[in-house]
Amino acid sequence: MPKIKLPTKSPHIDMTPMVDLFSVVLTFLMLTATMRQTEPAPVDTPYSISEKPTPDFNTMTLLLSPDDRVFLNFDNGPDTLLKYRPKILALMGGRYSIEFTDAEKRQFEKYPSSMGVPILKMKEFLAAKDAKDKAAFQTGIPIDSTDNQLALWILFTRQVNPNVQACIKGDSKTGYPIVKKVLDILQDYKVSRFNLITSLEAARINVTEIQQ
Amino acid sequence: MAEIIQEEKAGGKKKAKKHAPHIDMTPMVDLMCLLITFFMLTTAFSKSKIMEIILPERQKDNAPAPRISASRTLNIVLGSDNKIYTYPGTVKPEDYNNLPPLQETDFSATGIRQILLERNRTLAKKISDFNDLVLTGKLVISQDSVLGALRQLKKVDDTGPIVLIKAYKKANYGNVVDILDEMNICGIALYMLVDITWYEEKMVETASGASPGTATSTN
Repeated sequence: MPKIKLPTKSPHIDMTPMVDLFSVVLTFLMLTATMRQTEPAPVDTPYSISEKPTPDFNTMTLLLSPDDRVFLNFDNGPDTLLKYRPKILALMGGRYSIEFTDAEKRQFEKYPSSMGVPILKMKEFLAAKDAKDKAAFQTGIPIDSTDNQLALWILFTRQVNPNVQACIKGDSKTGYPIVKKVLDILQDYKVSRFNLITSLEAARINVTEIQQ
Repeated sequence: MAEIIQEEKAGGKKKAKKHAPHIDMTPMVDLMCLLITFFMLTTAFSKSKIMEIILPERQKDNAPAPRISASRTLNIVLGSDNKIYTYPGTVKPEDYNNLPPLQETDFSATGIRQILLERNRTLAKKISDFNDLVLTGKLVISQDSVLGALRQLKKVDDTGPIVLIKAYKKANYGNVVDILDEMNICGIALYMLVDITWYEEKMVETASGASPGTATSTN
């Protein structure tokens, strides 16, 4: 019996369409990418029906973590040449008679996420190379009335950038007392307009219920 | 001899021409897969939203508190464990020993939303009618005008409740955002976040200490 001879072809798949598709997806993702910010504390924002997007610049974001730490983040302004962040750091250092070098200011300017470092530890924080070493300094900004550094940060941020908008990003589990304290500090500095950062959630009301 | 060699050469050349230049794309695909995965994981697709809130400005110590009508006032006290307590009107100083009972409710659509919609029926109806007109295309106006019209509807309304939101110390931030969101959903024209008073703290403590049945029996 002669064996049936199968055509011996190497299993070669034409990958061109796949590559095409991948290129398209890759290009799309690269063009639309806005990097997700890594926050020093995990924060799950509450949901609301608001559809207003967060502004891209002129914001100072107060991050309230569930373990009652307060972090602050502010941007460099609509133009990176404005260099708001190093200016604010210099003012803050001036208040506590700490002289920051140009290298430290540059590092602070580029630091991408929120910081919760007491100002006296700021130099060590900026000198730390490793992300893990940096995280050890993130103990939250002091907000006690004896050493209210958050108030000073807010004051200097508003001095440097008068158009700044206050955003509050809190975890759903953050206790109200800390929120109240932060709101009080903001109100002391005549900030009474806030943006609460939330995630979008749809809600429907039953119209017939109202008409009854 | 020379002829044969030439022929062979010619044959070899022909063979080379037949083969299409085939590049192995596997490494490229590998790399692309990696990049796509990286970008998909790091991209924030849905940008987070903001909810605007304006707190009343600090009153000077000697300035009198603004007077609001007690019949329109609805007090909402956020308690612990996602509970909400409400009571209408105000507590007069002579009632401090005999505090009114609190009505306990929750954040569900049949809870606080029901209460708010019932009290805000006229305005909520107007707002939903207006939104219907816009959505069905009977009224064509720009998005800004929609917001302006809604603001005007809220401004002229004088029957809806004035909601005072207070948070007990055991409430959390999520509750505050939820209740403010509920104000937006129900189209409440006047609401404000105010400090809790000592007697309201006491009321919450008695309400959460006592069985919920007794707290909800009245009102």
